Amino acid sequence: MSMDLDAPVYFTQQEKVAATILCCNCGAAIDGTLSAGALCSDCIRLTVDVAGGVQREAVIHCCRDCERWLQPPNSWVVAALESKELLAICLRKLRGLNKVRIIDASFIWTEPHSKRLRVKITIQTEAFQGTIVQQQFEVEYVVANQQCSGCAKSYTHHSWTASIQIRQKVPHKRTFLYLEQLILKHNAHKDTINIKEVNEGLDFYFAKRNEAERMLSFLSSVVPCTVKKSHELISMDIHTSTSSYKFNFSVSIIPICKDDLVALPIKLARSLSDISPLVICHRVGTSINLMDPCTLRTADLPSSIYWRQPFPNLADTTELREFIILDIESTGHTNGRYLLSEATVARASDLGSNDTTYFTRTHLGGVLHVGDSVLGYHLSGTQFNNDQFEAIENSNQYGSTIPDVVLIKKHYVRSKKSKARSWRLKRMAREHEEEATAAVVNVPTNKRQEQEQARMEQDYEMFLRDVEEDQELRQTLDLYKNRQYQARPDQMDEDDDEDMDEDGNAVPKINMDELLDDFDELNMEDN
Amino acid sequence: MAVRAQFENSNEVGVFSCLTNAYAIVAVGASENFYSVFESELQDVIPICHATIAGTRIVGRLIVGNRKGLLVPTTTTDQELQHLRNTLPAEVKIQRIEERLSALGNVICCNDHVAIVHPDLERETEEIIADVLGVEVFRQTVADNVLTGSYMALSNQGGIVHPKTSIRDQDELSSLLQVPLVAGSVNRGSPVVGAGMVVNDWLAITGLDTTATELSVVESVFRLGEMAPGGAGGAAVNKDSIVESFY
Repeated sequence: MSMDLDAPVYFTQQEKVAATILCCNCGAAIDGTLSAGALCSDCIRLTVDVAGGVQREAVIHCCRDCERWLQPPNSWVVAALESKELLAICLRKLRGLNKVRIIDASFIWTEPHSKRLRVKITIQTEAFQGTIVQQQFEVEYVVANQQCSGCAKSYTHHSWTASIQIRQKVPHKRTFLYLEQLILKHNAHKDTINIKEVNEGLDFYFAKRNEAERMLSFLSSVVPCTVKKSHELISMDIHTSTSSYKFNFSVSIIPICKDDLVALPIKLARSLSDISPLVICHRVGTSINLMDPCTLRTADLPSSIYWRQPFPNLADTTELREFIILDIESTGHTNGRYLLSEATVARASDLGSNDTTYFTRTHLGGVLHVGDSVLGYHLSGTQFNNDQFEAIENSNQYGSTIPDVVLIKKHYVRSKKSKARSWRLKRMAREHEEEATAAVVNVPTNKRQEQEQARMEQDYEMFLRDVEEDQELRQTLDLYKNRQYQARPDQMDEDDDEDMDEDGNAVPKINMDELLDDFDELNMEDN
Repeated sequence: MAVRAQFENSNEVGVFSCLTNAYAIVAVGASENFYSVFESELQDVIPICHATIAGTRIVGRLIVGNRKGLLVPTTTTDQELQHLRNTLPAEVKIQRIEERLSALGNVICCNDHVAIVHPDLERETEEIIADVLGVEVFRQTVADNVLTGSYMALSNQGGIVHPKTSIRDQDELSSLLQVPLVAGSVNRGSPVVGAGMVVNDWLAITGLDTTATELSVVESVFRLGEMAPGGAGGAAVNKDSIVESFY
């Protein structure tokens, strides 16, 4: 065949792309093999609106009070104007944007008071088969005000349906400081909508009754308390026989704290395995643990029995006086970590003025040595106004057994200068105050407030010392490393010198291994 | 002459009709508007046949024909075949073919001299095409599409192919067909030119969406402006010379 005889044809090189078709819209000559839908690029740009499915106007919600932005469905996030975070919220707000590829997005500056945000978005998408079209457009957001749930809660007075009022009728706040730590550790306060600090106690507010019930069961598992319930009818619908109530739970904590001196009613002391009626409270759990320091006999006073016949404590830690051990001798009788000893003590204030000494029995034989400083109640020099104590004094059986001095705990000399600790505790009430009353400037306005604040600080310091000295107490709490604390070697030596007493008894320090790292404060640091 | 038309809101006029130099076949529609377009252009020139193939209206895709013959798929009923036989001119040969690729309009594209067919078509079918339609048969693709009938519209004057056909492919096809080819689109950028329009030597009917640019491309490549109705004779003149010059 003639075709076979033809000289072979060499295709040397593909010639430069030539126009093969006319654009179906404008008639421009274009290369059909590369064009999309037989349209030239100009016509594609003019006729195809790939961003047609994307909204050009949207509403974005901002809380006027806390200036947080609503991230649907119901979270509120902090974002500065023209920040990445705000841009993310803006882009997420647009419907139809998930079907295209976002190449670029940026804010166009707008006056903040205009309540408008303008975002320039560049998108890419496949318009026809194999043709990617890039398009740039602007979206205008109207910033609408919407109160966030947090602010709504803080401004609404009667949003709670259940409240727990915890009270302890004592002059100090140590129990509540301890309770605060327990609540923080167990995160028991997560359902509360408000926490208020009031005189002699705390108020917790809940949106639902069962949340309050849960808090109650938590409280009754950590502190000796009694609960009184009451409810108030708010509204009632007789047709559907539904009614709404407000529930109040009054929680009273036994007003006896650790290291308090207690004069039991004699009848009660007899029923508590015939313990001596003059006892100290050495521990508070869900019941009051009492101990007779002269015999080391212990008794457990459950909350239910206490509230049958409540009685006040005889003396609390504010009445502790400092004594110096002149002589101490163990009797060999032990109960747990307590060692019964016989001690001769003198008032620290008496030293150098007179030679009055007191003989007493103490449960602290394990930790006390001659020359140590110790805190105790001075009974012989005190006039108590207490019915139970008078009954003891008048009774034939116990009247002669009242000791002159009851030693409570070892006293450590602390430097007054630095109260810096290597550990710290989280605070709940303070956090809450900051949130709720951020606007209120916390400046003491009069002398009484100043005093109150000083007393609060003193109570807190007492509590911190308790935590330091009592390992058992410490185990129930979460202690965190103090990142601000810097142990400078020169200062540390100085501190050690001051904190040591003559026998070299250092103030107890908490081992760093017991402390937790605080994740709340792990902030990014730009170096 | 190029006309725009629509079959029941569809622009794919090539699906619902078949146009040759000797006859036209139009699907039976709910309204006669589409038929009227054919009638107004072709009345008293060539017979226009209302037909269905295998009970469907997509006659343009199922059958293929030229001046000399008509091929129908095996699914065509006897009645339909009889109706076609009665309506079409006596010199048109009608043949029913057993072919797996039964949408003959999609796989075969022909004018009165040459047919470009799907590469997978059976050998017997190829012979029947050559016999009945009186054409040279070439197995080819159009822009890498095997459905030559869909992506190519052809008359004795010229042809239009898929818009993505490269210059090289156009040259190759053009040298087989011995008519000028152009890449183009119909119906506002649709690449299925075979299904989007029907054409013979003096008339083209395209979808209603076809733009003016597209229509001007169609008119120029099929040389519709310069030929009067009934100018099929012109094609007959150069028929032999084309085929002979190819060999």
